[in-house]
Amino acid sequence: MKIKVTNRDGKKVILEGDSNSTLMEIIRDEGLDIEAACGGCCACATCHVYIGDKWFQKIPPRNDEEESMLDQAFNVKNNSRLSCQINLSEELDGLELELAPE
Amino acid sequence: MIEKTDVIIIGAGPVGLFSIFELGLLNISCHVIDNLDRPGGQCAELYPEKPIYDIPSRITITGQELTDDLLAQVKPFKPVFHLGQQVDKITKLDSNDWIVETSMNKSIQARCIVIAAGAGSFVPRKIPLKNIGYLEEKNIIYAVRNKSLLEGKELLIVGGGDSALDWTIELSKIAKVTLMHRRKEFKAAPDSVCKMLELENEKKINFLIGQIDNIEDLNNGKIKVITKNDEKNIELEVDFLLPFFGLKMEIGPIANWGLKLDKNLIKVDTEKFETSEPSIFAIGDINTYPGKLKLILSGFHEAALMAQGCFKYCFPDKKNIFRYTTSSKDLQKKLTSI
Repeated sequence: MKIKVTNRDGKKVILEGDSNSTLMEIIRDEGLDIEAACGGCCACATCHVYIGDKWFQKIPPRNDEEESMLDQAFNVKNNSRLSCQINLSEELDGLELELAPE
Repeated sequence: MIEKTDVIIIGAGPVGLFSIFELGLLNISCHVIDNLDRPGGQCAELYPEKPIYDIPSRITITGQELTDDLLAQVKPFKPVFHLGQQVDKITKLDSNDWIVETSMNKSIQARCIVIAAGAGSFVPRKIPLKNIGYLEEKNIIYAVRNKSLLEGKELLIVGGGDSALDWTIELSKIAKVTLMHRRKEFKAAPDSVCKMLELENEKKINFLIGQIDNIEDLNNGKIKVITKNDEKNIELEVDFLLPFFGLKMEIGPIANWGLKLDKNLIKVDTEKFETSEPSIFAIGDINTYPGKLKLILSGFHEAALMAQGCFKYCFPDKKNIFRYTTSSKDLQKKLTSI
């Protein structure tokens, strides 16, 4: 399963995902520049990403908890997500996303 | 007045709390300092209600339960807590003791320092715009300390949580308040939301949906905040901007103490978990060594070995006889002294 990430400096990297992980875990373990301070329990808003347009609809929508945490993020867009709340699955093979600033 | 103890623990998270226990078994007294106003660190602040499944023998335990149980476990050792303050400065004396100074002007002297500060101190999350640092306290206020400063002024409060709404309600009595939030739903307590909507209806405050896009200094004591939402950009000229975006963790002053760091984590040995500076130890999420795992249980292990290391500094002439709590009458007496 491939995940295409655009870094903060605009560089694109392709990561290998697996269906037992969250998107945040894959990005963090690759050493990309997200803080993921709370470790993935939806308590910090430091794993903020923008999901590519055609992929956004394929992911189950944000729940209340994620919405509330996004209130603490900056530059929130319609396609904003906290990557710790996205469980990877085979349908998301090829997923494109961009790391949000800061 | 300088207070004295054997060891100062920086950080009252689970690993800092368990250090009190491990040090206490070795007759080492300690004081604990934390920036939050209650013990528990991330466990109590970020996920008090969420289950943790990898604390040995606890099938499931919440962050708050773990904190409460650790506090009960360390009670016999009578730790002294200094909460709501951060360590600003450390100084080594000729005697090799340390003096630790906190943001509340407290000075404490000890033989050793144990840094168990997790991901750092919780501080207000700041607006990530470049070149606005100098406006802090002047036009941008992250924590209201002096309300009278805001009297009669035009304020823009941003956020949707309790802080943002509580301050909107409170400051609407003395100032001209606009509240901005990125959506019409609020995380704040329902009572506060009702009260705020009432104030909006009565035109006692303005409410705006949007986010901060940019900030300009108007050089007349005011700032221009450019806000954006899906439809349009609105520019507001205000005296003060009060952003409430929750808390984040920052390593803070610790990074300037001359300890060897690796990517903002403190390098330690794996025998005593001592830093590059003798008699300063670092345990839990804030340290790094080959094979490090950021787990609470690793932090507990590190605390036990750190305590052995501290013993040598606290009692250089004494022999440390290894004892089990199960079999040592002396340890049992200590543990049941309460």
